[in-house]
Amino acid sequence: MNRLLPFIGFMLLVGLFGFGIWWNTRHDPNAIPTPLLNKPAPTFDLPKLYEPTQTVSKADLLGQPYLLNVFASWCIECGVEHPVLTAAAPTLGVKLVGYNYKDAPADAKAWLAAHGSPYALLIADESGQTAIDFGVYGAPESFLIDAKGVIRFKHIGPITPEVLATKVKPAIAAMLKEAP
Amino acid sequence: MKPGIGNRASPARRLRLAFFIALLTCVGFAHAQAIEPMPFANHAQELRFQHLTHQLRCPMCQNETLADSNAPIARDLRNQIFKLMQQGKSDEEIKQYLVARYSNYILYDPPLRPGTVLLWFGPLAILLAGAGVVLVAIRKRRREGVETTTVGDSADNGEDW
Repeated sequence: MNRLLPFIGFMLLVGLFGFGIWWNTRHDPNAIPTPLLNKPAPTFDLPKLYEPTQTVSKADLLGQPYLLNVFASWCIECGVEHPVLTAAAPTLGVKLVGYNYKDAPADAKAWLAAHGSPYALLIADESGQTAIDFGVYGAPESFLIDAKGVIRFKHIGPITPEVLATKVKPAIAAMLKEAP
Repeated sequence: MKPGIGNRASPARRLRLAFFIALLTCVGFAHAQAIEPMPFANHAQELRFQHLTHQLRCPMCQNETLADSNAPIARDLRNQIFKLMQQGKSDEEIKQYLVARYSNYILYDPPLRPGTVLLWFGPLAILLAGAGVVLVAIRKRRREGVETTTVGDSADNGEDW
């Protein structure tokens, strides 16, 4: 038995190591859990991208749920999720609002002209100041906000077809079922 | 004898030394300001800012402090912290402000909570367990040692370690 002890200890370490690898394949170590989940979205008042003299506030958007998609022309992964969003937007069940993050308006418009816009509404946060209140730290990020203005779901990183099917759509379905 | 010889430096030498020191100071200053200059009211405020930003983690880059990181979000958060300091917020209030948005991830020192007890005291528990094992082993060996010397030890009794 005494001779087996070091071997058992070694196997425990192997198990721990394996668990670490498995855990990291399941979890993105860069994803920060948002403390804002199921809490009211922060208030904001941001200009529209195409009509900068008009602003859109949180109060303006109350009454119907929307998916707030944080994107920027400088963000490479936004180009990855863009076709997915474009294909999904008509059948999403909620309004898709584009949140242009830390971008020059001219760059954002050129990017949208080149790739097409799946967004029903586009707002611009050029300084990134409001994004701090949302806990945004990069792009893309997406927030599902219900009719009462509560954040129901957040995804960090691009919305791939898999993320859309396994996370975004179920979250939307759960929200719509609860409050049709 | 010329004046200035001996342990006193000549004026030219002194000037050169002063220039060199000034240069070094500039280098140090440039390094401290590598990220961007901020209009601090006084030096104490700057030190407080540096101390605070070194305790906070950049959300974009796992292992950099807000003070060191050049990521755009780190720059924005530094500006925000500066603004909050100007508004008279305490360090604790600023930390709460950031935790409310970016969770405890932003703190390098995780707070002591039920979920972090293992993190805080795990290493100590493992250390104590190890000490216990060593203590038991030593006692056992000492007892065995006393027995074997009375019996008469042979070299190849194959002590198991």
